[in-house]
Amino acid sequence: MGTTIGIWIAAGLTLFIYSFLYKDNPFYKFAEHLYVGITAGYWLIYTWAYVIQPMLLDPMIKNKEFVLLIPAFFGIIMLTRWFPNIAWLSRWSIAFTVGIGAGLGVTGAIQGFILPQVQATLVPITGFNFETFNNFLIIFGVLTTLIYFYFSKEQKGVLKWGSKIGITFIMVAFGASFGYTVMARISLLIGRIYFLLSDWLKILK
Amino acid sequence: MNIFLKLLKVDRRFIYIFIAIVVILPLLLKPKFPVVPSQPVKDVYNYIENLPEGSNVMISIDYDAASMPEQQPFLEALLRQLFRNKLKPILIVQWQLGAPLGTMGLEKIAKEMGAKYGVDYINLGYRPGYVAQIVGIGKEIRDYFKVDYRNVPLDSFPMMKNVHNYNDIALLVGLEAGATYLVWIEYAGGRFKQKIALALNAVSAPDAYYFYQSGQIVGLVGGMKGAAEYEVLVGKPDLAVAGMASQSYSHLVIILFIILGNIAYFIEKRTKSKEGGK
Amino acid sequence: MLKGKGIPIFITFLVGMIMIVSFFIPHKPFGDIEKISLNWYSIIAGFTMLLGVDSLIGMHFRKVKRKDENWFFSLVLIFGFVATVVVGIIETVRFGTAFDDKSYFTYIYNYFIVPLQTTMFSLLAFFIASAAYRAFRARNFDATLLLITAIIVMLGRVPLGEQISPYLPKFTEWIMQVPQMAAKRGIGLGISLGALGVSIRIILGIERSYLS
Repeated sequence: MGTTIGIWIAAGLTLFIYSFLYKDNPFYKFAEHLYVGITAGYWLIYTWAYVIQPMLLDPMIKNKEFVLLIPAFFGIIMLTRWFPNIAWLSRWSIAFTVGIGAGLGVTGAIQGFILPQVQATLVPITGFNFETFNNFLIIFGVLTTLIYFYFSKEQKGVLKWGSKIGITFIMVAFGASFGYTVMARISLLIGRIYFLLSDWLKILK
Repeated sequence: MNIFLKLLKVDRRFIYIFIAIVVILPLLLKPKFPVVPSQPVKDVYNYIENLPEGSNVMISIDYDAASMPEQQPFLEALLRQLFRNKLKPILIVQWQLGAPLGTMGLEKIAKEMGAKYGVDYINLGYRPGYVAQIVGIGKEIRDYFKVDYRNVPLDSFPMMKNVHNYNDIALLVGLEAGATYLVWIEYAGGRFKQKIALALNAVSAPDAYYFYQSGQIVGLVGGMKGAAEYEVLVGKPDLAVAGMASQSYSHLVIILFIILGNIAYFIEKRTKSKEGGK
Repeated sequence: MLKGKGIPIFITFLVGMIMIVSFFIPHKPFGDIEKISLNWYSIIAGFTMLLGVDSLIGMHFRKVKRKDENWFFSLVLIFGFVATVVVGIIETVRFGTAFDDKSYFTYIYNYFIVPLQTTMFSLLAFFIASAAYRAFRARNFDATLLLITAIIVMLGRVPLGEQISPYLPKFTEWIMQVPQMAAKRGIGLGISLGALGVSIRIILGIERSYLS
């Protein structure tokens, strides 16, 4: 019973949103605002249930981990943004989170990204076969793309040609990404239509 | 006025109706299309086929409802393969909003394949921590997952007795809708040498090809098409394969739109330059 | 003194350095410090959630109060928010967690959030088709190359491509694995080298724009 009502609600909301394709209208606005409100509520309960309670309150109350007063302090002073005369305190919390992000940005990026990716670009180009050709293209593509990135303003000699070839590689990559994006969006539509035809209307089995 | 120029000014709602038709009709008429698996997808499948019986495979649910049509079919196909080969899935979640989807898929396929909870598979659910957690599992999984998704202690499950960190996990399969896979690759892969396979939304799949070439991931399943290939490999075509006819015709129609749009564009340009020449 | 940028810059430096040092010395006490810092990060991030919710609900509350145009929909938004939170609290009391399979909170997830979210995103299928028709033009060499690649990939990635020619999917896979991959790697390296530079500048206190 609950499921049947749920499926009708879901189908109704789906159609409300699709009504936007005809034109903007109150049904769409209703569904859109409901979505934002519900999601905000869901996130609030979620933050309580999965962050504040298990990571902060439980360890403090049950295990007496009072060191957690430090992040609690930083968290609370983040909320000083509500009061303009002490809002400057929130910078301390921002500084803490930015520091963590920057620290990770250094270590994670070098070991997990830059080194293995540079290494993987140093592929052998010996012998005359298709693999050598591909390897050559890989090295050439990575280098020219980087040149485009860093020297696209220089309009002289090798750098100029390098960045011109770089943009060619980039266009191929963007074209591929566009094709994949079309694919992704259509897949989502298929999923939605499938829901309407099978779960709701029961035309499809 | 030229017919192409008229077409250029057609109401966008006609385009919408076209798209709706080419998605709906193939779903109803079910034309058959051959789905041929590509190499990156086969690499994931074969890697799992070659794992010794009893190996633990960690599945991370890093997507939510917005990617359900792309990821859910792959999750189910993957689980069928794992249970068939007597491998043990350990499900964890990084995207809390996806947790119910992971549970749904796991319970459905476990029931279908007759797998027993706590012995053949386990669901650890969502835990906050993200990077901290992914790094933390490298030391001891119990630091983050003392209990399963229903608060039952981990040590009460036979299959978890000897699972402590990445050394006890043969493969991590990330089902990814955002950038969480970068954290898996940089930390679980980079720091702890964990073997990783990825199923990515089609939007982000092209960006992950360089991890495939560098060997940082064993293989790559991209979007609903990748899921369809996986269903074919596992030998049980399902929802993703069913969607492939609609996918094919929609792409064809969009390509025709692009071509028509460009023909009209060139005619318009030529007309304008002629007028300008007079 | 307290109000200045000195203290925040010192906090950033200290935390950033701890993260780097603990990476190179993963033993006690540094390895644990890294873990603790990351946990604290999650807790602080949890509080920012409150800021976001407050500004969203506050804005719509004012719209209702002033009876702005479309105030009724702001009321719908607030109603959705309040109802979800109330159900969440009741179910937390009833089941111990709102996220229980049988709770009405999960019901809201399954029959409101899932259809609304998936449908919102699937709208993009229509918009991208329309945009492809209206804006995707072969204006010059670069745009033409982008367009041709997109068409090849769109055909080569679906089963229809296999029927046109079995070479089409193979060619698509080659595009993905060689030229496409090379450019994406170049972009990825460019971004991560840039981010590395910014991270170092932030830790050293040279880059301070995040404090303004």
